[in-house]
Amino acid sequence: MKYVLLFCGSDEDAAAFAAMTPDELRARYAEVGAWFAEHAAKIGGTNYLRGPESATSVRFGPDGPPVVTDGPYLEGKESIGGYAEIEVADLDEALRMAKTWPGRGTVEIRPVMTQP
Amino acid sequence: MARTRDGGDTARHDPALTVTRDALSAVFREEAGKLAASVTRILGDFDAAEEVVQDALLAAWRQWPRDGIPDRPGAWLWTVARRRAIDLLRRDVRFRELTCAASFPVSQADEDDRLMLIFTCCHPALWRGAQVALTLRTVCGLGPAEIARAFLASETAIIQRLTRARRKIATAGIPYRVPAADELGPRLSGVLAVIYLLFNEGYLCSANAAQRRDLTDDAEWLAALLARLMPAEPEALGLLALIRLHRARAAARFDAEGRLVLLRHQDRAQWDHAEIAAAANLVVRAARLRRPGPYQLQAAIVACHAEAASWETTDWMQILLLYDALLSHLPSPVTRLHRTIALAQVLGPQAGLDAADALAGDLDRFYLFHATRAAFLRELGRTAQARQADERALGLTANPAERALLEQRLA
Repeated sequence: MKYVLLFCGSDEDAAAFAAMTPDELRARYAEVGAWFAEHAAKIGGTNYLRGPESATSVRFGPDGPPVVTDGPYLEGKESIGGYAEIEVADLDEALRMAKTWPGRGTVEIRPVMTQP
Repeated sequence: MARTRDGGDTARHDPALTVTRDALSAVFREEAGKLAASVTRILGDFDAAEEVVQDALLAAWRQWPRDGIPDRPGAWLWTVARRRAIDLLRRDVRFRELTCAASFPVSQADEDDRLMLIFTCCHPALWRGAQVALTLRTVCGLGPAEIARAFLASETAIIQRLTRARRKIATAGIPYRVPAADELGPRLSGVLAVIYLLFNEGYLCSANAAQRRDLTDDAEWLAALLARLMPAEPEALGLLALIRLHRARAAARFDAEGRLVLLRHQDRAQWDHAEIAAAANLVVRAARLRRPGPYQLQAAIVACHAEAASWETTDWMQILLLYDALLSHLPSPVTRLHRTIALAQVLGPQAGLDAADALAGDLDRFYLFHATRAAFLRELGRTAQARQADERALGLTANPAERALLEQRLA
């Protein structure tokens, strides 16, 4: 089955990340790199996203033209920092991958729609 | 149909053919899960299997009261279900391969199938309420109306909950299998939690809810099934022992007026001592597997109480040690509160009160915290403070049996 792992984080997660020393940061990046290497065969497209402060949203109301706003769709403390498409046998395998994600925060697992 | 009332009734009530509702329910419970497990494995589709199983059970529900329960009810149901399953499979490209599997009913008796069913129903990707409803529906074969009655919910709400849960199993790709060894521990804990929740739901309400289904029956049945399917898992045995130890003493929990009676004042002659001894043996059997856990330890604590001749002659030191072991596995303020009672028996009410007071931060909104403090204060002769604590407790519980007990103490 195909899933997308959404790497999410809260303001607290972001603060904890910002407070890391350069050494800790290097170690963390190494862990993340190793995670991607370990699961390379199962991972399709993947990207980190720039922060929510860089986001612009186009909202469609019930009528009238779409409204462009400065900021992300998800308001408040949580935001999505990146994603990875994965191809695995079932949810248990996706869970096993998500549970070893070194980036902390929250990983949301969403199945990809394969048929209409 | 111009049947006379007499004629119709005589034919229907032939005693040889009378099948009681209880007998039917017992057979359904034994067979529904097995059937669901086999059909799910063959169809590979939780949702489609549900439909097939329902049809078969419905056919039995119509026919058995009239014709009697067949000698091999499982085989009867399987025959009906297989016919429906094959109809469905005809639309499937894998028709040949799958009908081949369906025509060998040997695996139908394979109980491991039910284990897969249990683990799927209790998958952590489903919320607890969905796990509970699915387990009752699929493993125990309860109808949505029965589940609704047990949880004082509407039937529509339960049907909706079941539909959503099945849809999530399909769309999220929740697998139909027993988890691998490296994740079995936490997954089994989830299953045990569902069964224990069912038990407590039934146990805490048995006083004034005669019209509710007795979920303690279903919980004990599930725990026994799990212990049989996983004989090497001591926590499964521990949960079964725990449930049986509670049930063996259920007759003494309420007085003739339906009021809750505290353990200390219960008439121990009303306890089922043979059942207690058998359940205590289960605790010993589990302990021999040398992997202690929270259910075994709770069962051991309850066994200490159940085997004591009186409140006073209870082995409180042993209970205190068991609570310490339990807290090392599962730290919880409520367990700490229970421990204060054993502590007070060993070291006196002041020690109990001090230990309880240390929990105020966590438990100030919990009625039992104040009721326990009240008991210690009363023993210490601090009557006015004891009253205050009981009043606090009364303000924090809506359970009628608990309220009655507190009101009696305040009267």
